[in-house]
Amino acid sequence: MNEYNDITVLDAVERYIRGEMNPDERLHFENLRKTNGEIDQLVVEHTLFLQQMNRFSEWQKFRNTIQNVHNDLADKGEIRDGLKSKAKIVYLWNKYKRVTAIAASIAGITALTMSILVWSVSPSTSTADYEKLSRTVMVNEVKQNLIKEDVNKLKYNSGDIKEPKVTINYKTAATGFLIDPKGLMITNAHVVKQSENIKVFNSKGDQFNAFVVQLDIPRDVAIIKIDDPKFKSFGSLPYGIRKSSSELAEPIFTLGFPRDEIVYGEGYLSARTGFNGDTLSCQIAVPANPGNSGGPVFNHEGDVIGILTGKQAEADDVVFAIQSKYIYQAVDNVKKNPIYQNVKIASRTNNLSGLSKQQQVKKIEDCVFMVKGD
Amino acid sequence: MKQETNEKILLQGLARNDKKAVETIYKDNYGMVQALIINNNGSTDDARDVFQEAMIVLYEKARSGTFELQCQIKTYMYSVSRRLWLKKLQQSKRFTSDFGDPDSIVPVEDDLEDHLKRDQEFGMMEKAILGLGEPCKSLLEAFYIEKKNMQEIASNFGYTNAENAKTQKYKCLMRLKKIFFSHYKNGTP
Repeated sequence: MNEYNDITVLDAVERYIRGEMNPDERLHFENLRKTNGEIDQLVVEHTLFLQQMNRFSEWQKFRNTIQNVHNDLADKGEIRDGLKSKAKIVYLWNKYKRVTAIAASIAGITALTMSILVWSVSPSTSTADYEKLSRTVMVNEVKQNLIKEDVNKLKYNSGDIKEPKVTINYKTAATGFLIDPKGLMITNAHVVKQSENIKVFNSKGDQFNAFVVQLDIPRDVAIIKIDDPKFKSFGSLPYGIRKSSSELAEPIFTLGFPRDEIVYGEGYLSARTGFNGDTLSCQIAVPANPGNSGGPVFNHEGDVIGILTGKQAEADDVVFAIQSKYIYQAVDNVKKNPIYQNVKIASRTNNLSGLSKQQQVKKIEDCVFMVKGD
Repeated sequence: MKQETNEKILLQGLARNDKKAVETIYKDNYGMVQALIINNNGSTDDARDVFQEAMIVLYEKARSGTFELQCQIKTYMYSVSRRLWLKKLQQSKRFTSDFGDPDSIVPVEDDLEDHLKRDQEFGMMEKAILGLGEPCKSLLEAFYIEKKNMQEIASNFGYTNAENAKTQKYKCLMRLKKIFFSHYKNGTP
């Protein structure tokens, strides 16, 4: 049988198993099945396969359901997640106190020696060939946005007296993404550090006001918070933020705003360290342009593994990202402020694993924003 | 009597993957299992993993229709979770002696054996589908899991017509079936 025939036969077998044949066709096919052993065999085999496929898909759906239910209940506080482990820590502490003390002192001495060694031989860092990827916003575009706002205002409050308008010139733009459902976001520090007004835009074009919560200039990371009555808290974020480091050659993808439209990029993790051997960063190969910085880097399961920060100036496709475990350190710092002490980051959700790229991106898209600062 | 009918309705809901039923069972049992795991050298993450696996065992049991309410859902969840956790502890050599309240345990060994076998089969399927790469993975998922028709798929994936999509789907399917049946016959994941 040639390929064309094979396809037709398989098509018939599938329609037969699914009961999509009309009675005449069905009768004809059943006769064929009786006389042709090969086709009969195919029907048996394919039935088995389809059954397995069906059960598999139901199993997958069920796993999704329990994951969602877990997140829902944890959000509503109906089950306790991540609390109550204090007793165990105390228990472990008592048990391993001595060992810990010895280990800590050895570690301390080693760390000290190492840092002296490293300090004495390390070259002074130059940032000359490191390119930050924020983008200068064209003034035209800002004007356009302002005009749009004006038109909207006119439409809605045509009776009101127009407020005197303050023109804000947004100079830089980058990408940012949510790390908690209530509007805490990560972006790059260089975009917002001198800004008094920060605006974030989602992929649908809705805009929200935001303010800086924390700046880490050396690392070039900022935590900002959306502060806008229009912003509705997400129940839970579709993605988790990975605590562990990632593997070499792991496939990754990015979402960002190198232009006014959200843009998807695909690549892989190319080195475990970043610019000049920085161990808190990593190197990825992915197309990146000004405006991409501050954007999330995802692995194939849809978990955040890093924050895109910049690229090497004279080389293509050498892009650096801060590893996601850094986010935990940064948030721990933020939590010292009582207002934010209840912030919780999910390390994994499993909501996205097993989904196709299109579906993953569709779910993630809403949590990635364009950040503009003046 | 009322409780028995309630549990029956819950299990029927569970078998249909009804979110409300899943939520009720989850809420009613999570705390108990979490306490069991945490009191026996486990973390909250462990508790979540064990509980969710036990939920899958219960789901399979409910679907097979063999859950004839010889015991309450709570007892069953407790027994399965305990067994699963015991096994994990033994594997990691963290703890080997028995624990849990022996009075509230029903035998679940057979169910767990079935579960393990299924888990391996599905894990194998998952791996096989992932291993196909794109566009095969999405194409087959669209057809066999999301049950979309060929016209829809052709336009979603940018094929010029349904025939082209069909040809591509056929090639992908042959690859998947080849992997699937080679594992199936050898019985090794």
